Amino acid sequence: MNAPLLEVWNLCAFYGRAQVLFDLTFRLHPGEVMALVGRNGAGKTTTLKAIMGLVAASARQATFKGQSLGRLPTYKIARLGLGYVPEDRRIFTDLTVDENLETGRRPAAAGRSPWTPERVFRLFPNLAEMRGRRGSQMSGGEQQMLAIARTLMGNPDAILLDEPSEGIAPVIVQMMAEAIRAMKAEGVAVLLSEQNWAFAAGISDRACVIERGEIRFQGSMAELMANEALRAETLGV
Amino acid sequence: MLALDPAFLAVQALSGLSSASSLFITACGLTIVFGVTRIVNFAHGSLYMIGAYTAATLVPRLLELSFGPVTFWAGILASAIIVGLIGVIIEVLLLRRIYGAPELFQLLATFGIVLVVQDLVVQVFGPQDILGPRAPGLRAPVEILGRRFPSYELVLIAAGPIVLGLVWLLLRKTRFGVLVRAATQDRDMVASLGVNQALLFTGTLFLGAFLAGLGGALQIPRVSANTGMDLSIIAEAFVVTVVGGMGSVPGAFLAALIIGQLQAFGILIFPKSTLVVVFLLMAVVLAIRPHGFFGRAEIVGGTHAVGIASRSPLPGRHFILLVVIAVLAAFPLVADAYLLKVATEILIFALFAFSLQLLIGVGGVVSFGHAAFFGLGAYGAALAVKWYGVSMEAALPLGLALAALGAGLVGAFVVRLSGIYLAMMTLAAAQILYAVAFQWVEVTGGDNGIVGVWPSSWASGPIPYYLLTAALTVVAVLLLKRIIDAPFGYSLRAARDSESRAEAIGLKVRQHRWLAFMIAGAAAGLAGGIYAFSRGSVDPSLLGISTSVDALTMLLLGGIQTMMGPLVGAAALHGLRDWIMPLTPLWRLLLGLSIIAMVLIFPRGLVGTVRDWWGART
Repeated sequence: MNAPLLEVWNLCAFYGRAQVLFDLTFRLHPGEVMALVGRNGAGKTTTLKAIMGLVAASARQATFKGQSLGRLPTYKIARLGLGYVPEDRRIFTDLTVDENLETGRRPAAAGRSPWTPERVFRLFPNLAEMRGRRGSQMSGGEQQMLAIARTLMGNPDAILLDEPSEGIAPVIVQMMAEAIRAMKAEGVAVLLSEQNWAFAAGISDRACVIERGEIRFQGSMAELMANEALRAETLGV
Repeated sequence: MLALDPAFLAVQALSGLSSASSLFITACGLTIVFGVTRIVNFAHGSLYMIGAYTAATLVPRLLELSFGPVTFWAGILASAIIVGLIGVIIEVLLLRRIYGAPELFQLLATFGIVLVVQDLVVQVFGPQDILGPRAPGLRAPVEILGRRFPSYELVLIAAGPIVLGLVWLLLRKTRFGVLVRAATQDRDMVASLGVNQALLFTGTLFLGAFLAGLGGALQIPRVSANTGMDLSIIAEAFVVTVVGGMGSVPGAFLAALIIGQLQAFGILIFPKSTLVVVFLLMAVVLAIRPHGFFGRAEIVGGTHAVGIASRSPLPGRHFILLVVIAVLAAFPLVADAYLLKVATEILIFALFAFSLQLLIGVGGVVSFGHAAFFGLGAYGAALAVKWYGVSMEAALPLGLALAALGAGLVGAFVVRLSGIYLAMMTLAAAQILYAVAFQWVEVTGGDNGIVGVWPSSWASGPIPYYLLTAALTVVAVLLLKRIIDAPFGYSLRAARDSESRAEAIGLKVRQHRWLAFMIAGAAAGLAGGIYAFSRGSVDPSLLGISTSVDALTMLLLGGIQTMMGPLVGAAALHGLRDWIMPLTPLWRLLLGLSIIAMVLIFPRGLVGTVRDWWGART
């Protein structure tokens, strides 16, 4: 197997004195989709935040493309090519679709064709029809598409995608799955945090089951699909 | 009747427009900086003043080299750029360290810059006012409906919309502008997209300071650069940004237009007190729209309140209290008249600061105008003596009652607001009262104040008056402490920590805060009354911003999270001032630097630090 894109080992995080993540170790390879699955409060979101440097108290041992994320500030982590789409989407509601995309724009690495608004609109055709619309006037699903599109504009090698299917209409969930497959086809790796098991199972190559801040299982999606006892115990599915 | 002459009205309206332009250019910078950094930059007025001084010094020299309009305007622009760079220095050295700090600390730290700049300006440019040159090519007045109107003012009228247009283009059509607007809403998200926030903030400060400098530099043909410019413009710029909605550039423009016209025509109605009219506008607008014309609820500034927390009672506290009372009572046996005077003042300020602690530390109501009630108490007592000849025994309660009444009125407005709007509203209330005391000469004596406010014969003399002050202060502080420890105090603290949760369990947050506001006002009024009799006089400075900031500094110095902090802070600040002020002309510089240093490295204050150290040891 080729070298991992993102490597995380012994990741711990704390809220105040309470430890919420315990020695998480995992890898994300180029062009793969890996799902962090687990119950509500298991620590999936915190894992993504801790990687991005958004949790103040975390012992972060991680490398991205071989570079240590160590104590890098968030914006430098993003500049290495690690995109982040938070669970509450955090669209800039005062800005139009085009302006939101502009906030995410960063130059592509040499030799790669950069994402442009036109190119992300091919992924999310709905957005193309509302380029001048403000974020505040968009539905939850449209905002979710815009959040992913905005992050793609930074030409990331990998995206940390937090609960993309949460609170959006089933038909949009389908589109989201398509978009993630398309991103994968374009060579973007995705680390997905997801509670919607069917959604995660449908698009992921590998899975990592988190329970109470600890990894219970790590392996291929097929393996997890086969292990019904573990799924019933940790995910209730 | 002069006011009905159409030519006169036209000229009044035009001069209103030109002051609106100047005000907008300055306030626009303040509102942009607030929008992105969420810091209300008190030093914005200082940057304006530096702009005026720099231009008044630089432009004449440039004109000597090459006389002409191009040189003049290049000089104005250069001055604004210099001020922009000073803004960058302020951001890098101070502001970026306090973006996460509670708003009270941010306000105090930037006020520290105000103090530092006041002394530095005198050191660099000298104590005298500097009159700038008139603009080449714009010296002849133009005639409007038969009246002469300075042509430079017409240029100013145009400058406001031009700046509005340019700022609009910058914010709408450039990447920098898009990022600034994005950061106004969600700073963390902007960072997650790979944007270097630090650079963005520094750029924003440059823009804001540049606009302040431009506003100041444009004034030089109209008014001479003087050391009072900073506080007068900052008060007006605050009103403009608050009325327009914090963070909104179009709002600032609209508010500046209204205020310009109010000032131009307000002169006809209240010849002396345009300031009162302006602040009344702010009070009315905030009463109807708590976030100004175009402000939004989520942009109210820092929300994390800091305050005193519950802790187990100190063992032997009754004994300690007895010792304190005994020491206070025995102090006259060892002290001379001078020391007694200092001690009396310390006790007065301790009560004043402690009353503010009820609002800030317990209630989370960050008042920036607490001097209003100190001053009302002092003036209430002094006016009762002067106009009705009552004795001290009657005048002190009258002063207290006037302060409580004033606090009731102001509080009715204030408790509806939150965050930075609340701080600004309390500041405005104090400024209105300051303006009344300053300008209503027939009643208040204006700048000279009221003299001959002496205590009754049994209490006159250093020792009796000291003992009276000590007794009143101890009783008042113990009463306040009892209130803080009562269920009422707990309710206030609950509302401070989470307003919505407090309301959800059925607490009437506004009523509680209103009552707290009146109690704190009454206690401050008592302190003010005692102060009036201790000095024998009152003057408008008792109501001024610097008196309010004194109380805040005492709180900060003593430790905002401690019950006894304000008392210790009052003693420390007043003692230091008494000791250092006669030794140096740079007292404000030192005070400003100390405030900044306290915010940066010592935010828990004297009592808080000692307690932490003690806690860590045991």
